[in-house]
Amino acid sequence: MLEILQYEFMRNALIAGLLASVACGIIGVLVVVKRMVSISGGISHAAFGGVGLGYFLGFDPVFGVLFFAVVSALSMGMLRERVRLSEDAAVGILWVTGMALGVIFVGLAPGYAPDLFSYLFGSILTVPFLDLVVMAVLDAVIILVVLLLYEEFMAILFDEEFATASGVPVKRVYTVLLSLVALTVVVLMRIVGLVLVIAMLAIPSTIAWQFSHRLKEMMILSVIITAVFTVEGLWLSYLFDLASGATIVLVSLATFLLSSTLKKVSR
Amino acid sequence: MDGEVIRLEDVWVQYNGVTVLEGVSLSVQNLDFLGIIGPNGGGKTTLLKVILGLVKPNRGKVTVLGGSPEKSRRFIGYVPQITHFDREFPATVLDVVLMGLLGRKGLLRRYTEEDRKAAYKALESMEMLELKDRQVGKLSGGELQRVLLARALVSDPKILLLDEPTASIDEPTKTQLYELLKDLNRRITIVLVSHDIGVISAYVDKIACLNRRLFYHGSKEITAETIEETYRCPIELIAHGVPHRVLKRHEGE
Repeated sequence: MLEILQYEFMRNALIAGLLASVACGIIGVLVVVKRMVSISGGISHAAFGGVGLGYFLGFDPVFGVLFFAVVSALSMGMLRERVRLSEDAAVGILWVTGMALGVIFVGLAPGYAPDLFSYLFGSILTVPFLDLVVMAVLDAVIILVVLLLYEEFMAILFDEEFATASGVPVKRVYTVLLSLVALTVVVLMRIVGLVLVIAMLAIPSTIAWQFSHRLKEMMILSVIITAVFTVEGLWLSYLFDLASGATIVLVSLATFLLSSTLKKVSR
Repeated sequence: MDGEVIRLEDVWVQYNGVTVLEGVSLSVQNLDFLGIIGPNGGGKTTLLKVILGLVKPNRGKVTVLGGSPEKSRRFIGYVPQITHFDREFPATVLDVVLMGLLGRKGLLRRYTEEDRKAAYKALESMEMLELKDRQVGKLSGGELQRVLLARALVSDPKILLLDEPTASIDEPTKTQLYELLKDLNRRITIVLVSHDIGVISAYVDKIACLNRRLFYHGSKEITAETIEETYRCPIELIAHGVPHRVLKRHEGE
């Protein structure tokens, strides 16, 4: 297996996978425990608008995605507070708005959009160096914010009302959490693509929850699980020449089914 | 501190056009132990949330400890209904009790050694210290209730609000809990809402009935004779099938 590391693109892929695992494991746990998987799905799909914007205006789509993901996270927070709209409906609206804008922008962009597919379904094997830097910076931001607001996050995850009564600015903390989800979407995009991001937020953390009931422990476990899945998926996709993003997701799914079954049997 | 700690004047609350509280006025004095009974959906939880400032009344005035509910929140310990919680939630008993100190801690700061000591003390007073590392979901109803009480008490509140504290615990534990509250009442004002009339009347010293409107019964009536006496909250006794009346008839009924 080690000989594949002689290729630079393989080394980059491995680094990208490990960087993504950090963000994915930490934020995935918060997303799963707070039951905001579908909100995260809304944010990640809406972020496709940013890919289109990047093509249209001719800059690296990664920054368009960052912009669109954060804006949709903030509007999600606002919709929840200000408009009397169910969260469910808000997610749906956000989801399609971003995607529709993306399609329009891509259509308006001059020429052919070369690696559109890789933004949608990931292409860990072609991660450029700049993206590795972006991922590392976003990882650092995520770790720092989670360290600073760990207790507040736990409090709003557990009981928003009590947190409000104790003087936690719940709405603002929730909006920060949504923004961290947006950053994680950007980090994960290169690995599995915008369409499959929710799988990576949901599956490793759900597995971690089967084995631990401590938030910190779950985060660490989830980072490790994501890293294993990414490396495993990467290796399998190399061996059998499969799409890397989808392979990583399917490896995760298979492991999830296995661990759920084991958990049931052992009970 | 003497005098009035909670005052509600003509408070109205509506959710989506449905009136939940209708012209509620209430005055709670320092070191009162007030029991509020009423049917499910009668607005009991909403009333507590109004006192905490979590629900803004459409009309009326709320004063807590001489200020707005938002301002006075940090002097209130709140014990919400148990049903509210996710049993799988990844937090330990200690984590949950520490949440009672979030307001004092301030954003971006960690809990201090002092906070931890306060949490240990609160757990100890509830005889729950040895379970501090247990996951909250693995507690029994009575144990969880004690943890939530510890969380409310850790910030050393002046007022304690309890929402159906006996809903999911067995009879001996209930008695124990009420004894505990009776003891706390020597230094803390307590407002407790429940639909469990039977036990409540033996421990509280004032009682009110809430079914959208509030009927306040004051203190004198809770004697052995009056329990035999006539009374009903609209719907209340029918809904719960209690065969006898506990308090006097509401005026004007």
